[in-house]
Amino acid sequence: MLDAAKTPPALELRNITKTYTVKQGLIGKRRPLTAVRDVSLKLEKGEVLGLVGESGCGKSTLAKILLGLEPPTSGEVLVDGQALGVQDRLALARRIQPIFQDPYSSLNPRKSIADIVSLPLRIHGIGDAASQQKAVRDMLDVVGLPPRVMNTFPSQMSGGQRQRVAIARALIMKPEIVICDEPTSALDVSVQSQILNLLGDLRAEFGLTYLFISHNLAVVEHLATRVAVMYLGRIVEDVSSDDLFDASAHPYTQALLQSVLTPEPGLGVPDTQLGMAYPNPIDPPSGCGFHPRCRHATNLCSAQAPRPVPHRDGHVECHLHDPETAMFGTD
Amino acid sequence: MANTTVDPLLEEIIGPTPGQLLRKRVFGHQGLMIGAVVLVLITLVALFAPQLAPHDPYAQSLVARMKPPVFLGGTWEHPLGTDHLGRDYLSRLIYGARVSLMIGAIAAAISGVIGTAMGVAAGYFGGRVDAVVTFLINVRLAMPVVLVALAVVAILGGSLTVVIMVLGFLLWDRFAVVMRASTRQVREREYVAAARAIGASTPRLLLTEIMPNILNNLIVVVTLEMAHAILLEAALSFLGLGVQPPTPSWGLMVSEGKNMMLFEPWLVLIPGAVLFVMVLAINLMGDGLRDVTAPENRN
Ligand SMILES: Nc1ncnc2c1ncn2[C@@H]1O[C@H](COP(=O)(O)OP(=O)(O)O)[C@@H](O)[C@H]1O
Ligand SMILES: [Mg+2]
Repeated sequence: MLDAAKTPPALELRNITKTYTVKQGLIGKRRPLTAVRDVSLKLEKGEVLGLVGESGCGKSTLAKILLGLEPPTSGEVLVDGQALGVQDRLALARRIQPIFQDPYSSLNPRKSIADIVSLPLRIHGIGDAASQQKAVRDMLDVVGLPPRVMNTFPSQMSGGQRQRVAIARALIMKPEIVICDEPTSALDVSVQSQILNLLGDLRAEFGLTYLFISHNLAVVEHLATRVAVMYLGRIVEDVSSDDLFDASAHPYTQALLQSVLTPEPGLGVPDTQLGMAYPNPIDPPSGCGFHPRCRHATNLCSAQAPRPVPHRDGHVECHLHDPETAMFGTD
Repeated sequence: MANTTVDPLLEEIIGPTPGQLLRKRVFGHQGLMIGAVVLVLITLVALFAPQLAPHDPYAQSLVARMKPPVFLGGTWEHPLGTDHLGRDYLSRLIYGARVSLMIGAIAAAISGVIGTAMGVAAGYFGGRVDAVVTFLINVRLAMPVVLVALAVVAILGGSLTVVIMVLGFLLWDRFAVVMRASTRQVREREYVAAARAIGASTPRLLLTEIMPNILNNLIVVVTLEMAHAILLEAALSFLGLGVQPPTPSWGLMVSEGKNMMLFEPWLVLIPGAVLFVMVLAINLMGDGLRDVTAPENRN
């Protein structure tokens, strides 16, 4: 604790909001869509923060903002206590690298594997051609691919192998932070655990800090030291993974846990048993965004948005757990 | 050491390289092969016109006017006969290939550079750049090519250079439309985001990540616009506003032959047929290239 107080978090989001303008239909008028709503989040050095939530809740948008690929509409991203905007793009690239969801789209189909994995070294001008080749070979070995694949192309590989290539590309410059945006959800179930294990091993070997994004709590829970649950652009609960099963508070977190604990959780899209469809982010529900699907919802929930309250060593946004409003919950 | 287990399927999965696959598809595609062979032949004929032509294409002979081709009872002295000024028709056809190919290639190159630059910029940057380019495309599409070309040529006078320039600066619309759409598609791929996260500069992104992946569409449009330019040159020359006599151009030959069309139809049919074959060959090649490079045909 003391340590964490002294060294700034590896990554910090302060009041990040991202609003897109979307046009509905051909002649529809432009409307704002708030993909991320006033999110503050810290990623401490060495931890694995799992970010879970249903598809469309804003996870990838958050990842793009962290990577500097999208500017936030408002708010600040701090890397080691420094604002992202003032950091040199190349310096930032050496510290934070992404692993994307779809290995069929994340590798340039016109480039050989050696070209793809060595691209970071070439862009940053690290070493000569020979040493780059050697670095690629070593990195491929680390991710479990033989040197033979260097002269092949992505189209010749399976999804799992491609994802290994993407991991090699992300790690070849020895970054400190890796943002994994659903790194296994496009893969066959049989390959998913291989990639998860590889990511776990690599974290130990290189001392990496992960932001691990998934729509499936079962996937996150393997690796994460802390879990942030996202719903409609908000982090509704932030809980250490030790407390996840016993002491998580938000009804949404519990619904996600339920879906993991059902007899055959699988690794696909979990059934949240929440019945009603996920709300349209262009027309979010009033008050607490989760209230239409919540078993415990009261009049208050549809009227007033809950505020974040500390819970264990994290926080939760729910009227049930806010001492000032909890009394209304027991109708 | 981390997980070093190799996928047991690796051996089977590593098949032929994309290059090998492409070669197989190219040589297995009949239309593409026919189009390419015909086009290569025409190009060779154009390149070696001085060696191949039996006569000087400009040499007139009033005593040998409108000699019929061999297959209509003519002599081998003029295998395809002579025109109304007694010029050897075969020699004029051979030299005409030069004009057609040159106009097609240069006009397609000029409009390709203009249209690709506009389309890629619009597709990649979006926003205001896109709005401006889209506006320019619409303006351009609202102008009928033939009328504008006629007007410009009428003002500046017809010459090979003017025709090439006019066509080059008019035919960029399809390049812009196709390149804009392809770029928009490719820029959403995660490898572009990955390259940006690595720190690649915008020019580098455009050149090494985007361009190689839209090149197949570009090649298809190049062939289409080449055929388009060649046909437009023929049309302009036919109307007397293109390449000026006595330059041998296929369109001009059709135009010059049209007065005698009812009596000596071959004067029109021969240049018409080569024009048709050339445009067909280019289109076959364009179609074939689209087939063999289309993503849905990749493994
Ligand atoms: N570029 C964009 N333009 C407009 N809307 C977007 C854009 N990117 C994402 N969105 C919207 O923002 C919301 C969150 O998307 P995303 O971050 O991709 O969710 P997730 O990764 O959790 O599935 C979705 O409703 C999506 O439609
Ligand atoms: Mg996503």
